[in-house]
Amino acid sequence: MTKPAATADMATAGAAAAAAAAAAAAGDRPAPLRGDWDVAVVGGGLVGASIALGLCRSGLRPLVLDGEDLDLRASRANFALVWVQGKGVGAPHYALWSKASAEGWPQLAALLRETTGIDVSLNQRGAFSFALSQGELDRYRDEMERVAAETAGAAAPYEVLSHNELRDRLPAVGPEVVGAIYSPADGHVNSLRLLRALHAALPALGAGYRAHHRVERIEPLHAGFRLFGPWGDLVVPRVVIAAGTGAEALAPMVGLRVPLTRSKGQVLVTEKCEPFFDYASATIRQTDEGGVMIGDSEETGTDSIAARADISAVLAQRAIRVFPRLADVNVVRSWAGFRVKTLDGLPVYEQSARHPGAFAVACHSGVTLAAAHALTVAPQIAAGALAPDLAVFASRRFDVPPSA
Amino acid sequence: MFRRLHEPAEPVRFTFDGRPLTAAAGDTVAAALLAAGVREVRRSVVGGEPRAPYCLMGVCFDCLVTIDGVQNRQSCLTEVREGMEVRSQQGRRRLEGAE
Ligand SMILES: Cc1cc2nc3c(=O)[nH]c(=O)nc-3n(C[C@H](O)[C@H](O)[C@H](O)COP(=O)(O)OP(=O)(O)OC[C@H]3O[C@@H](n4cnc5c(N)ncnc54)[C@H](O)[C@@H]3O)c2cc1C
Ligand code: FES
Repeated sequence: MTKPAATADMATAGAAAAAAAAAAAAGDRPAPLRGDWDVAVVGGGLVGASIALGLCRSGLRPLVLDGEDLDLRASRANFALVWVQGKGVGAPHYALWSKASAEGWPQLAALLRETTGIDVSLNQRGAFSFALSQGELDRYRDEMERVAAETAGAAAPYEVLSHNELRDRLPAVGPEVVGAIYSPADGHVNSLRLLRALHAALPALGAGYRAHHRVERIEPLHAGFRLFGPWGDLVVPRVVIAAGTGAEALAPMVGLRVPLTRSKGQVLVTEKCEPFFDYASATIRQTDEGGVMIGDSEETGTDSIAARADISAVLAQRAIRVFPRLADVNVVRSWAGFRVKTLDGLPVYEQSARHPGAFAVACHSGVTLAAAHALTVAPQIAAGALAPDLAVFASRRFDVPPSA
Repeated sequence: MFRRLHEPAEPVRFTFDGRPLTAAAGDTVAAALLAAGVREVRRSVVGGEPRAPYCLMGVCFDCLVTIDGVQNRQSCLTEVREGMEVRSQQGRRRLEGAE
């Protein structure tokens, strides 16, 4: 009797799993986890994977320990913008940091293409912020002027367009659009493909990756750290906490802090359409494959991951006012995700003062900042210390009492 | 690939890419096409691969066809009607008013 191939494979896999379980029960875990990793990265979303990629390029061998499929994973829910426009009002260092990352993005995209053959469809033709009322346009303009002033003109360039000027560039916009901001610094990528490319690059560059390896506790040792989880434990010389919303609980174990706030966003995607909008915007973008993504709301007081129909309706309605031709296009999916949002919305980059081998990286714009994380932050972690200009992003800033 | 258990007493007539076909009243367009031996209703727009109805419950979007001029209809969620003009879906949806 010949066994169907699938059954044979399953039998082999089953035997391997049983052997691994028996080995684990005997206190003899599979070899790689005992392996000599230079650093553990806790979390394998966009942030952890970008950092791990950069650590590999700096000559280290990182092991990425990732959580469960049903964890809150912003990297699988986001809107895919490489966004600079209007970022960093009141925080010029953040405006310039975002701009620098966007400028580094072509290098990251090229690196991923060379390493994996995967094209993440980076498009940096610029982006529009569409205003549906004069008040909205004035607010956008004020923000852009503030960022320009606070950065002494070093921020990304932009234009304020009237309805007619906008219409000349984008004939498809509807009559209700009062005007727009345009900035050439912005863009977008295929975000799921980005995550896949990062994960394909890691093993190719010598990193390890373990799914279903939730880290529950980190114990600082005299030299290094011991990480504990349901899978066992592991000693590593250094650790980077990049666990998204999971970072808040882990950070204090090694003298770090990542205070987060709840922020839920919803996104819609339509059927694939012929190309009609070859730029990005904060709320509408057409993917390289044709689907139109419409986003993204913000709710703060909820823990429910379910997408709400009333919110989807508002998002869709705004999109139709911007591009009336979307009116009879079908929405095929909608979803919600939780942002990794710090109290002020800016990233946290921090090295533990008490345990200098421990670092935390958390941010709300992990797509935009992927280039900065891989090309700038990771080499600093590899070298053993964050550069002084990143000190503004340490959690100390949350200690400043609010001014009266 | 599929064979009907009973031939319909009063067949519903429709066309697929101009070819006259028959179905049973109450069939979905997808079921009618599959029963009539149609193996490909469109090409995937990214990879250019042949596609046919798959999940038959509105989830996979593989069964897209153009029905009476309306693009990207899910044939598994649409009941076949007398005189319906079904066409294989050609490429991505074209937007009204596009240049
Ligand atoms: C609706 C929405 C729209 C967005 N739009 C954009 C955008 O347009 N542009 C942009 O730049 N950013 C955007 N973002 C933000 C961006 O998606 C996030 O900044 C980024 O994905 C965060 O990546 P992360 O790796 O920190 O987190 P996550 O993707 O959440 O990954 C964290 C990982 O850590 C694992 N983990 C958690 N706890 C543990 C533990 N204890 N042990 C081991 N592993 C653990 C989880 O399983 C997960 O895999 C958006 C976010 C949302 C929700
Ligand atoms: S067959 Fe899957 S949606 Fe129609």
